Amino acid sequence: MFGFSRAQSIAFILMVVLIAVCPFVLYPVFLMRVLTAALFACSFNLMIGYVGLLSFGQAAFFGMGSYVAAWTMKAWHVDASVAIVLGGLTGAALGLVLGYLAIRRSGIYFAMITLALAQMVYFFCLEAPFTGGEDGIQQVPRGHLFGLIDLNNDMTMYWVTAAVFIGGFLLVHRIIHSPFGQVLKGIRENEPRATSLGYRTDDYKLIAFVLSCMIAGVAGGTKALVFGIATLTDVHYSTSGEVVLTTLLGGLGTVFGPAVGALVVTSMENYLAQFGAWVTVTQGAIFMICVLAFRRGIIGELGAFLKISL
Amino acid sequence: MIMIFGVPGPLLFGQLLLGLINGAFYAMLSLGLAVIFGMLNIINFAHGALFMMGAFAAWMLLNYVGIGYFPALILAPLLVGIFGVIIEKTIISRLYKLDHLYGLLLTFGMSLVIEGLFRNAYGSSGLPYRIPDILQGATNLGFMYMPNYRGWVVLAAMVVCFSTWAIIEKTSLGATLRAATENAPLVQAFGVNVPRLITLTYAGGVALAAFAGVLAAPIYSVNPNMGSNFINTVFAVVVIGGMGSIMGSILTGFGLGVVEGLTKVFYPQASATVVFLVMVIVLLVRPRGLFGKAA
Repeated sequence: MFGFSRAQSIAFILMVVLIAVCPFVLYPVFLMRVLTAALFACSFNLMIGYVGLLSFGQAAFFGMGSYVAAWTMKAWHVDASVAIVLGGLTGAALGLVLGYLAIRRSGIYFAMITLALAQMVYFFCLEAPFTGGEDGIQQVPRGHLFGLIDLNNDMTMYWVTAAVFIGGFLLVHRIIHSPFGQVLKGIRENEPRATSLGYRTDDYKLIAFVLSCMIAGVAGGTKALVFGIATLTDVHYSTSGEVVLTTLLGGLGTVFGPAVGALVVTSMENYLAQFGAWVTVTQGAIFMICVLAFRRGIIGELGAFLKISL
Repeated sequence: MIMIFGVPGPLLFGQLLLGLINGAFYAMLSLGLAVIFGMLNIINFAHGALFMMGAFAAWMLLNYVGIGYFPALILAPLLVGIFGVIIEKTIISRLYKLDHLYGLLLTFGMSLVIEGLFRNAYGSSGLPYRIPDILQGATNLGFMYMPNYRGWVVLAAMVVCFSTWAIIEKTSLGATLRAATENAPLVQAFGVNVPRLITLTYAGGVALAAFAGVLAAPIYSVNPNMGSNFINTVFAVVVIGGMGSIMGSILTGFGLGVVEGLTKVFYPQASATVVFLVMVIVLLVRPRGLFGKAA
């Protein structure tokens, strides 16, 4: 199912078991941070790992998803599930507009354009009245899921977050292993050839971009629901950089890399938070080490060692 | 008072001057990015951090060694240039055989490290740097009062930009450089030391950023974030201009600064985003950029 190989199925079951056991051992709020970061990284991995496009503006979609979910829950008191869906739709709609512009260039220009467009979104959020400017949207009530399940209990919230993450994770995997995903990989390997075979490569790239942005929006919406807050940090370019780091460290183009990267990066931030700017220095240093000596990332190296694709 | 398009003349010219100053920084930074990209095929994400290092170098020279503004204008780019040589030789040169995107990621990591270290050492509130005495005060130009230092920044930036253009387009060193950008192995076969040329190009681009940093020190406060505030806009400038031409980078930089200044007069809400809007329009109409070569 979902195109998992045997090794990947075992790894997937292991991951689900870990997700089920961890909240009894570790602090659930920390784990929810890991899960939203992991889903966000999965969305980024879809673009870089399978289409070969480095989006340096992923925070725009994550952040707008987060703002819209937070605002609709606070102002309209919509259900948590509706808010998450709206977050995803916001990401997709914004992705359609920005993606239409960005896919006109590839490679290094694509990275710069996405970065610049995301910066525009950042300035928009800084000025727009509904985002609350520097304060952001705070104290968003979690409410009841489907009007029934009380989300104010952290454990209940955790299971919902876990379900959203696993759903998103399987969706990404399904996309990659569909015929559509095969075309994407073909475009990544040799775009002129895909064009000559009759594929409208720009359409494929745009659809992949929109899907990736939708999942980023869902991750942002879930984050807003969990922490009851949406701020400028969510749309800031450092958040875009962080998701690049997360995926690079876990392993670009690997199935489980983004999740492992999210666990490592979030833990690191958690433990280094008291040391101020040293978090940035450490992140930068890891970036450099990854690029210079460790390009396959943790899961990529593990897979190469075990001679399996994870 | 003279009114132009319903706006008081001094206000309009004042904002135009501010726009020209921002444009001067865009031009110097995007010029360095274009030169480095042409030769090394990497986008130097650390450019903003090196701009900031230039400003800090000037501040340190003044406060630790007592060396003033004008010597610092030479010394700071030299110091940062040497730093550039070291990082090119030890780190960046390892990436030339890889996808260009790795260069972007590496230099992004580098900028995080540099900015983080400066933030740890000096905090993020900013340190003052005094305008040198000779450039204090303002001159009456008839239609407006121009602060002398701001006039100097625009003048110095133009001289440096056009000298860079002249070196690359009009000297034999520049000819070798352009040839190596087109076809490095062939130039190497003629006995040119291409790796050294690459190192010097990187150092030159970096020194240009540091020079801009020294010019910026008295205008903005010297702080670890001063580079990253600029660099995202500079990337948009680079996309708009395309990296194909040196003169193109200079003209796009100054031009967009002026556009930004005018937007501040007529529709201030959009002044932060106008450069990005121009980028959107350029992408729709001419995706390769105003001066870019066809892909």
